[in-house]
Amino acid sequence: MTAPTPIRWRRKDLLGIAELSPAEIELILDTAESFSEVGERPIKKVPALRGKTVINLFFEASTRTRSSFEIAEKRMSADNINFSTSGSALEKGETLIDTALNLQAMAPDLVVIRHGHPGVPHMLAKRIQAGVINAGDGAHEHPTQALLDAYTIRRHKGTLGGLRVAIIGDIEHSRVVRSNVHLLRKMGAEVTLGGPRTLMPVELERMGVRVAYTLEDAIRDADVIMMLRVQLERQGKMSFPSVKEYFQLFGLTTERLKAAKDDVIIMHPGPMNRGVEIASELADGPYSVILEQVTHGVSVRMAVLYLLSGVHEETA
Amino acid sequence: MAPGKLLIHGGRVIDPSQDLDEALDLLIEDGRVSRLDGRIKPPKGAETFDAAGLVVAPGLIDIHVHLREPGQEYKETVRTGTLAAAAGGFTAVACMANTEPVNDSRSVTEHILLEARRHGHARVYPVGAISKGLLGEELAEIGEMVRAGARAISDDGKPVMNAELMRRALLYAQHFNIPVIQHAEDLTLTGSGVMHEGEWSTKLGLPGIPGSSEDVMVARDILLAEDTAGRYHVAHLSTARSLDMVRRAKTQTSPKIDVTCEVAPHHLILTDEEVAKSHFSTNTKMKPPLRSERDREALLNGLADGSVDCIASDHAPHHADEKDVQFSMAPFGIVGLETTLSLCLDRLVRPGILSLPRLVHLLSTGPARVLGVEGGTLKPGSPADVTVFHPDAEVTLRAAGFRSKGRNTPFDGWTLRGHPVATFLDGRRTLAP
Repeated sequence: MTAPTPIRWRRKDLLGIAELSPAEIELILDTAESFSEVGERPIKKVPALRGKTVINLFFEASTRTRSSFEIAEKRMSADNINFSTSGSALEKGETLIDTALNLQAMAPDLVVIRHGHPGVPHMLAKRIQAGVINAGDGAHEHPTQALLDAYTIRRHKGTLGGLRVAIIGDIEHSRVVRSNVHLLRKMGAEVTLGGPRTLMPVELERMGVRVAYTLEDAIRDADVIMMLRVQLERQGKMSFPSVKEYFQLFGLTTERLKAAKDDVIIMHPGPMNRGVEIASELADGPYSVILEQVTHGVSVRMAVLYLLSGVHEETA
Repeated sequence: MAPGKLLIHGGRVIDPSQDLDEALDLLIEDGRVSRLDGRIKPPKGAETFDAAGLVVAPGLIDIHVHLREPGQEYKETVRTGTLAAAAGGFTAVACMANTEPVNDSRSVTEHILLEARRHGHARVYPVGAISKGLLGEELAEIGEMVRAGARAISDDGKPVMNAELMRRALLYAQHFNIPVIQHAEDLTLTGSGVMHEGEWSTKLGLPGIPGSSEDVMVARDILLAEDTAGRYHVAHLSTARSLDMVRRAKTQTSPKIDVTCEVAPHHLILTDEEVAKSHFSTNTKMKPPLRSERDREALLNGLADGSVDCIASDHAPHHADEKDVQFSMAPFGIVGLETTLSLCLDRLVRPGILSLPRLVHLLSTGPARVLGVEGGTLKPGSPADVTVFHPDAEVTLRAAGFRSKGRNTPFDGWTLRGHPVATFLDGRRTLAP
């Protein structure tokens, strides 16, 4: 086996996993590896992004992802500002494009954006010179989540190739699923998606996955199980009748976990509803790597910020 | 103002109404076709138009456009919309009722016709609303609108969701011998959908509009058309299954079902994948949405086998500011008057899906029959509405140069073969080369 040719990061933006090559994914994961020890130092800071300006533009509520980006930016010594919708010009009727152009006029180097509608980061990336990082666009993509998931899996399993990964829950409305499917398939893992038929979008098989409609079938012999958050606001609409019934059908319990491999790891992108999609004993138990995911999220985002900022080009 | 005599000579005359496709000269006198013959000597004082290498056809008719007037003149007006029609080779358009105020009364119908006559770039056939205010609750004053000049009724932009209202519209419209045009969409199935539900909506995470949203409405309406013996026309039909149902209904003999349908060029040329390929361009967002490749192929077959009665553009101009927003928030619709003929010549005739006479039928004789209006023919004595086009000369579509106020098209910059050269309305030139 020959070592892969080292590649350089050439993209201005990170909009999704769909367009990345396996080599680009490896590059991000390997770069994250080199940043992970920064978080273990007493002085958690490197000067890599000194003098760079990063804007965090969040049009949707987020605690975890935004904090993770903010911490990553600060650990890289970037100057960062947060911009959220409440009290902003958007509430005064400004269009998204105008907001973006105004931000661009302040010459940021990178813009991290989360928006409730698919395609918004792509629209922005076309209009502004700053690099754009998609921190979640509707149900479309959430590339840094998939990358931190891959990083976490790699840490535990050594590789992604050949693994059996089951993702369970509200597949239809999940950007985490789409980014993960793209990434895992590109890296050679087998993916099974499980959940109620009412939360399953059509023609999923076209994404190269297996679809299962019972939890047991979905997690059989799985190396990795990802549980998705059930959006409680969907209960009683037309997706599922009640949280109670959802847990009966698709909640992950110790008993059901027996279908998976003995060394299975359990993941969750958060925020988690205990007793809805996952029993507390599992969330806190030995198979769970849920909090590790959060830790690795910072390293992965540092890597993405670093690669997109072009710093490596200047110092090379 | 109308020229006394005009001789269009040396062209290939295609007139599906007379089953004509041959080299003929066409003489126009006092705004009417007076003679069609192998070789006509120019009468004294006649103007001449050299159509060598060009096709001479009955004026094209687009039975599905939005002229936006009254009320949304920033998007389009009767003037700019009919200028766009003339530029695209159309001599007549039928305009939908979703204006502000809605065309649900004699006065709005009259206003539209007044504007159309004042500018005189194309015939305008107003389509009156089925329901007052397009609210889907009670019938509009259809008789009053027909007396003022409406030639069909439709709540287009919205479906008639209430089956009983639709049944009554199909009954009542028969007093005036006009078709009931349905924007076939079950809104409960559409939900918050913004693109076709399929592989690409799944990949892009955009809420989907299932094909069944159209199909259940077409199915329901065909049953109602059968029961009422009404004239039912499906606007912008977009799915394989809806087309199958229309095809089957047309073959039924006892009782006969009076059903017709139109398809739009974009549904014949693009698919839902275009949303991804264009990186969420809002010019790939319309209703019905760009469907699957399977649907597209079925529509092409329907054109060829005669199940489809006409091609209509669903010309839907929007202001650039309205379209320059995130995909989910953009209004549905694209312009079509100035792209339709070139797209059809290049993408339907050139690859051999349709013959040239069949295309001319679908763009002139066919729509005239659906609407029951004159036109779509070059028979001596008919109004001299004539479209002259080049069947295969290269042209590049440039939205910036459109006569329409709307620039919202996914076809901007496309290089195609075939384009309009001259349009004559009552023998008077409305598009100069």
